[in-house]
Amino acid sequence: MLEIKGLSVSVAGKEILKDFSLSVAAGEVHAIMGPNGSGKSTLSYVLAGREGYDITAGSVLYRGQDLFALEPEMRAREGLFLAFQYPVEIPGVGSATFLKTAVNAIRKHRGEKEYDAMEFLKVMREKRDALGISEEMMRRTLNVGFSGGEKKRNEILQMALLEPYLAVLDETDSGLDIDALKVAADGINALRSPERAMIVITHYQRLLEYVVPDYVHVLADGRVVRSGGKELALELEEKGYSGFTGNAEAAA
Amino acid sequence: MGAVSPQAARPSRSIELPYAAQFAAAREELPGHDLSWVTSERDAAIARFSELGLPSQRVEDWKYSNLTPLAKTDFTAPDRKAAEAARAEVAERFPKESAAGRLVFINGMLDGPLSALEELPAGVRVLGLADAMADEGDLLKSQLEAVPALNGHALAALNAAFMADGCLIILEPDTELALELLFVAAPDVGAVAYHPRISIAAGAGSTLALGEQHTALGELEYWSNPVTAISLGETAQMRHYKLQEESRRAWQTALTKTRIAAGAAYENFVVATGGRYARNEIKVVLEGAGASCELGGGFLLAGEQHVDNRLRVDHAAPDGTSRQTYKGVLDERAHGVFQGKTVVHRGAQKSDGNQLSRALLLSPNAIMDAKPELEIYADDVKCSHGATVGELDGEQMFYLRARGIDEASARSLLIAAFMDEHLQSVADQAAREWLQGAVSRWLAQHLSVGEA
Ligand SMILES: Nc1ncnc2c1ncn2[C@@H]1O[C@H](COP(=O)(O)OP(=O)(O)OP(=O)(O)O)[C@@H](O)[C@H]1O
Ligand SMILES: [Mg+2]
Repeated sequence: MLEIKGLSVSVAGKEILKDFSLSVAAGEVHAIMGPNGSGKSTLSYVLAGREGYDITAGSVLYRGQDLFALEPEMRAREGLFLAFQYPVEIPGVGSATFLKTAVNAIRKHRGEKEYDAMEFLKVMREKRDALGISEEMMRRTLNVGFSGGEKKRNEILQMALLEPYLAVLDETDSGLDIDALKVAADGINALRSPERAMIVITHYQRLLEYVVPDYVHVLADGRVVRSGGKELALELEEKGYSGFTGNAEAAA
Repeated sequence: MGAVSPQAARPSRSIELPYAAQFAAAREELPGHDLSWVTSERDAAIARFSELGLPSQRVEDWKYSNLTPLAKTDFTAPDRKAAEAARAEVAERFPKESAAGRLVFINGMLDGPLSALEELPAGVRVLGLADAMADEGDLLKSQLEAVPALNGHALAALNAAFMADGCLIILEPDTELALELLFVAAPDVGAVAYHPRISIAAGAGSTLALGEQHTALGELEYWSNPVTAISLGETAQMRHYKLQEESRRAWQTALTKTRIAAGAAYENFVVATGGRYARNEIKVVLEGAGASCELGGGFLLAGEQHVDNRLRVDHAAPDGTSRQTYKGVLDERAHGVFQGKTVVHRGAQKSDGNQLSRALLLSPNAIMDAKPELEIYADDVKCSHGATVGELDGEQMFYLRARGIDEASARSLLIAAFMDEHLQSVADQAAREWLQGAVSRWLAQHLSVGEA
């Protein structure tokens, strides 16, 4: 599914990811944990194709293709989804219009029939109900005036509608209350399947109780300093990051 | 990146033009030439124009408008046969869609068969200018005297000399009218110039909704120089909406002059996507206490297009309110101008004036010149102005693209959002949707995005 090899990335002349490698197979869930500023969001943005990053070394193969040869929209259409740590507010663009445009762009790319307004409303209502998102919210403009938790739930809704092969969830749990966390986790688990994979970036063990990972990686200062099974997350929760990073940096 | 003025070095404040000779040749054939007062007005107007000349950029009012290329084209008067030959196509391309009455002008000439004025309400008169010259000389004379004078404005003088058609709209007190004016440019032998005159007198307590659309059958070269003079009686209400979708090779120099009596309200909103050069000049005088005007515009331009919004509002009485809000989207080498002036005269206490210009530049070569000005001679007023220029937000673009939306569609969504927000100020929903139509057409054509 995803093969990251020796990836080094700089921003504004500063090296953020350093010789980073990660291999994700279909059906797997990988958790990435690590202190603030260690490069987790940078990794997720580089995968999604945001501008402003210098890729100084390494390669990324996504479903057999050179990921960096694809524009951001092509990555999305090929099934890569990033749930943003900070979803962007877009005043004036209606949430429903946006979702319909996105879903149809992806359906078209997959050779599926585009939804008309009625079909789309029906599909959206189902997914929306499952995530406890009100119809009123969808009538607002995109993410504008949404609470932190509402924005995160809206990201999950988008993921549910776009049905990606590889989902990168960047701190989707932060800002969610306990009930919302369960709802979001259900949304995430609903998408788990042998054809799909996920990279779950989080600071907390709690999400991983619901979305149980196959692997946990600790990212510190742009490198994977340790990988293990789900019990690694528990160990981190107990000891913090200091034992892994080799300096005084602590977990958030 | 300001446009370089080729006149800058010349001493002359105007550009030489052949119109006096053209006028002399046409003088005896223009409609109304048999009315002596019309002809003497025209003579005076062409003399005034010859004196003033086509304004150069050294004239403050025309600072951002280079009219030199306009002087290089030999514009001729439109031919009625050519206009009639286009009738079928106009009917097909621009079917009458609403229940309101409609006047259709082809190359500036009223087309009777395409125009429809079923059952005007009692107390309302709408008539073509050429028709009025033929049958209603006295009414025309009193009407032209009732609306604001247009002295000192070169292109208004040219309009006064050559005006051949247009319309008179007269509302008796407390009457109501909704009317559409469609101006279509059609192929003629060469580039034509036409000078429509619209004269509106809305009596006290009357309500007028006027929608104007200016468009063309193809990428024709022509010059439309319309002058609209409006007089609103006490507490009259006028909503005046305009789509300027002229050909990309056309010139439009539009002047609207409005006087507003006590308690009356004038709302004007223009969506402009057309023209090689288009000037939208509006002069408003708030003459009575509590008069208000709301001037708005949205323009979407590309290529070498130039749109010049020149606004002037005079608060001549107390308790007046005025807003000027213009928002533009500029791509490629397009040039947008907002030159807005609000003058609060002595005694116009408690005036409330606001000016805002916002532009979205889609290309590093696009230019926006914004010059909001306030001149205040009263001490108890509330006035503000602002101007911003920005680009599409990179974070927003990325968010949309990360959801599979291609770059052109993402731009289109963000531009539509920018304009939509502005169009929300148009109170009437049907009018708002009509104006939004022009925005959608521009987005579809310019960004070549399909239906989402
Ligand atoms: N555009 C930028 N310019 C300069 N520095 C940047 C930029 N983007 C990221 N960085 C730096 O890169 C480092 C990694 O940032 P990143 O957002 O990837 O961290 P993170 O692991 O996601 O942190 P958090 O847990 O707080 O979300 C930080 O030191 C950050 O300040
Ligand atoms: Mg982060």
